Amino acid sequence: MMSAFVRAHPAWSAVIAIALALLLVAVFAHWPPGVVAVLGRKKIFLNALLNGITLGGLYFLVASGFTLIFGLMKNVNLAHGSLYLFGGYIGFEIAEATGWWLLSFVVAFLLVAAIGVVLQTLVFRRIEGQDLRQTLVTIGISIVVADLMLWIWGGDFYQISTPEWLQGPMVLPVISAIKSSGAVVYLKYPLVRIVIFLASVAIGLAMWMALNRTRIGMLIRAGVDDREMLAASGIGVQRVFVLVFAFGAGLAGLAGVVGGTFQSLAPGEDIRFLLASLVVVIVGGMGSIVGAALGALLIGLAEQFGSVYMPTYAVVLTFLIMVLVLAFRPQGLMGRRT
Amino acid sequence: MSGMQPGGPRTAAAWLLGLILLLMPAFAGDFVLFQIFGWAFILGMIALSLMFLAGYGGMVSLVQMSVAGCAAYMVAIFGDSAITQISLGWPWWITVPLAIAIATLFGTLAGALAVRTQGIYTIMITLAIASAFFYFTRQNYVVFNGFSGFNGVLPPPLFGVDWRQPVPFYYLALFFAALAYFLVLYVSRAPFGLALQGIRDNPRRMEALGFNVVMHRIAAYAFASAIAAVAGVLLVWLNAQVSPGTAGIGPVIDILIIAVVGGLGRPIGPFIGAIIYVLLRTFALDFLVSLGLSGERFQLLIGAGFLVIVFWSPDGVLGLWDRTRERIASRDRQRSPLYRAIRGQTGGPA
Repeated sequence: MMSAFVRAHPAWSAVIAIALALLLVAVFAHWPPGVVAVLGRKKIFLNALLNGITLGGLYFLVASGFTLIFGLMKNVNLAHGSLYLFGGYIGFEIAEATGWWLLSFVVAFLLVAAIGVVLQTLVFRRIEGQDLRQTLVTIGISIVVADLMLWIWGGDFYQISTPEWLQGPMVLPVISAIKSSGAVVYLKYPLVRIVIFLASVAIGLAMWMALNRTRIGMLIRAGVDDREMLAASGIGVQRVFVLVFAFGAGLAGLAGVVGGTFQSLAPGEDIRFLLASLVVVIVGGMGSIVGAALGALLIGLAEQFGSVYMPTYAVVLTFLIMVLVLAFRPQGLMGRRT
Repeated sequence: MSGMQPGGPRTAAAWLLGLILLLMPAFAGDFVLFQIFGWAFILGMIALSLMFLAGYGGMVSLVQMSVAGCAAYMVAIFGDSAITQISLGWPWWITVPLAIAIATLFGTLAGALAVRTQGIYTIMITLAIASAFFYFTRQNYVVFNGFSGFNGVLPPPLFGVDWRQPVPFYYLALFFAALAYFLVLYVSRAPFGLALQGIRDNPRRMEALGFNVVMHRIAAYAFASAIAAVAGVLLVWLNAQVSPGTAGIGPVIDILIIAVVGGLGRPIGPFIGAIIYVLLRTFALDFLVSLGLSGERFQLLIGAGFLVIVFWSPDGVLGLWDRTRERIASRDRQRSPLYRAIRGQTGGPA
């Protein structure tokens, strides 16, 4: 895939390669005073970079479920953000009640996946193929669910506490500064964020493997390309649909626990993450897991760098990326023309 | 499509409705005029601009509330407000046309972006643009004064009238709402509107016939945005303030709800939806309390009502009304001897 891309777009490949090389230099080299004068201290840059990458991991978890569901079933689930927030609240309750952080992931995933099954069978199957009605119905559902959650959990901020074994910073082999005494200061970064990011990369890789190397993945890819043909070949398409919907919803619930540990849970976060997934899949391309990963990384980085280097115009940066992608590649970076 | 037969019962009902609306200040109180009808006319206009795009153009744009918000902000920024360090204090005859022009331009540009994709993508992209506008106005303190926005934005005392008094404002809003309504009605039957409906139904065929599909769609956004922009100017005068929440995600979705609940089929739909919404919004508290629930559950009521409507009557209240009329009409037909004779011969569908 990579070599094919290089052959098809030599100029773009060169630009991307140079950008990556510059980034590597910026991360590992010691910053001379001239660079510091322009970009500020290296620590700020590195923190923005790592925050952006880890936020991208969280966005990927939310958006990949959304894009999978849309890609396979053309189901527009604007209640996806509500699934995220609900999963977060469930995770919080479980973690508080049992003290097992890992258990909260399992329960949130399973419970929200079950809700996904209910949504798919009771709602989406009745209005299959009606885009606008699906949008409207899921908007209605998200309004109702948002208010129910406000009723149960109130307007307070909740944070899922990090377990002891993940607390504290981790020292990265990256130099953040050199003191005047000559002592080298290495970058410290919260361990939990790194672990969660690695976990989301693992989930992404597992999803990619499952889609490309297993039988069920083959069925899903076939369904994305031609649903009628798949059904005509004697495959129980509805079963595949329920499975994918449950998995996508479960991922949103799992992401809720991640978000609750990373940041906080509060009313309004549902809409924030719905919008983030929308932008991520618009940028990355609908129905593509690789696109979701790329889009999530881009948007996460744009948000973090934007808020560090141009605080009052940070949103514009995210928006600009979306506009540029729409202007030059309306189907998204990794999307295919329909 | 049921046209308006001259002299028919529908024409009579329309005249009666017009007369009632004109004479409303004679029997309605200030609160009803200003807070209910003034607000409903404005929301109806914004929803009308959505109805025009969705009903005639097949493009569900969620950016219309942001266009109205943009016009409201521009009035506050170029004109007078309590935030004197930002507001420029220009006279109204520059401020208002400029605000409408800028907001229309904003809506047109958003449309130009949105028409690059179709169907469900339009909703997602316009929602993303609308939320970018909301977060931007909330973040930006230099031009948009961030979280608090602008207050003390008042209409100009033209002709010696204080236009924020209930009766003058009622007539002002009624005038522009009626103007927008008849304009949309006119455009929908003009060549441009007919071409737009053709593009909605079959863009490829229209393209083959030599119509510029993309330009028609963008022009539709421009026209709809102008209506939303005028409504935005009225909105800032009604509230005397504008803040990021004016065009937040909630109000953006509310406009969609208003248009859908009213019905996207005809221009009167959005105004029906707006009246229902404003009445609910105003009296839901008392209603909920009387049911023994807390008044905070207003969103639940709106959301559940919306769900019921879209699940069982996707074409809104207008659709319900049309179907009821049809049922009554078909019952009348069934009673007629001619109908029975035809049915008896052909054995048509039950």
